[in-house]
Formats: sequence, structure tokens, C-alpha cells
Amino acid sequence: MEVPILKQGEVLIATFQAALSDADLEHLRRGLVQQVVRFRSRGVIVDVTAMDVMDSFASRTLREIAHMIRLRGAETVIVGIQPEVAFAMVQLGLTLEGVATALDLEEGLAYLIEKFKNID
Amino acid sequence: MRAGEIRVAINSDQDIVAARQKGRALATELGFSTGDATLIATAISELARNIVSYARKGEISLKMVHGSSRQGILIIASDNGPGIRDIRQAMRDGFSTSGSLGLGLPGVRRLMDEFEITSEPGQGTIVTVKKWKQ
Repeated sequence: MEVPILKQGEVLIATFQAALSDADLEHLRRGLVQQVVRFRSRGVIVDVTAMDVMDSFASRTLREIAHMIRLRGAETVIVGIQPEVAFAMVQLGLTLEGVATALDLEEGLAYLIEKFKNID
Repeated sequence: MRAGEIRVAINSDQDIVAARQKGRALATELGFSTGDATLIATAISELARNIVSYARKGEISLKMVHGSSRQGILIIASDNGPGIRDIRQAMRDGFSTSGSLGLGLPGVRRLMDEFEITSEPGQGTIVTVKKWKQ
């Protein structure tokens, strides 16, 4: 399953679907990092609103995406983690340490714009 | 209402997705809340991932169970893989032999109400978990 990646100025927006396999997640990780390089993006928003399960592999992949992108000098925000998904993650002992999160796309964009201001 | 058992063969990462979707569908059908259905689907995802990572293939079976005064869902993850030599160690947070996060089993135990594991080195592993409807 392909994850659409939209370019919005200096920001890339990737929208996850519900049923992503491990292979899909790895594909997305490669794709996002490549596009950050290609477009010289400064921020990435990963929208996981549609994801119904965030297991250990998915959260590890999200953390890796954020860390790789940070090494490129850009910022990642994960948006739209559903309340019941957050509850399951906590029970499972999963954290997204060191990764910014925001309520939704709008808040994620606001976070990045604020970040860019501080750097400029 | 479906009374039978649903069996999902686990051979690849695609099957992990199929197993957790079937588990969520059954949980919803049985009247579990969205929150509990998410916990159940997440537990299935972890159990199926253990099968793929350690045993390569196995099976997840999903079924409705009756308690004395309540209904629940029974999930059995079984494989004929290498087995777990030290179950007590495997049940500790942070332990892993495959370079993964190593939170799998203790995490699954926290997600569910009942948890049982039997494993024989060289024979395979069976994890049986239950969650009761609130």
C-alpha cells in the first residue's frame, strides 16, 4: 500500500492508512527520507489519524523516521494518534521519546512554523 | 453471531495485518468497546509479530469464550519454532533475542486479562490470552 506524501512549501505531509504492513512502513521510511533530501524540506508531518493499531514495530519505525530526518536538519511531528491507540501504546510500554507529537494536522503545522521562526 | 473459531495462518508481515483486523472485527462483533478492541488488535499484532520474527510461521486462532457471568475473546498464538528457553527472562520488560524492542510478551500481558505461555525448546511456543468484556 502506497502512503501519499504531499509537499506543502517547506513541509512534507505523509498520511498513514489503517492497514500498513511492516514492508509498507519500511518503504515509507525510505521514501520520506529521500523526499526530505530531494525537496530540501525543513519539516515533516506524519499523520497517523487513520492508524488503528500502533504496535512495537510501527512506533519503532516512526521513531527512526524522526531521528533520520533530524539528522538531515529537519523536524518531524507525529499527529493524530487516537486516544485508544495512545492507551494501548502506554499499556504496551511504547514511547515516542524524542519525537514531537501534536493533536492534528493544523497543530502540527503550527508547531513546525514556530520551530522555523526560532531557527531563522 | 459467529460461534466458531477463526484461524489465521501467519507466514509474513501481511498476515500480521490480517490477523489483527480479524481480531478487531470479532471483538467488535462480540460487543467490546472500541478501546478494548484496539487493545485486543494490538496484542494480536505483537503475538503475530513474534511468530514471524522467531518462528517464521504459525497460527493465530480467535474465538469467543464464556466465563461464569461474562463473555470474552480467546486468542491462541502457536508455532513450531525454536521455542523459548527461559520464559521468565522472556517475560521481563526489555528482553529480546531478535534485536527487536523486546517488549512483546510483558506488554501483551498488560493489554489482556489472562495470559498463559507454554514453550518447549525445539518444539514451539503457545501463547494463550483472554480478554473479558467489561
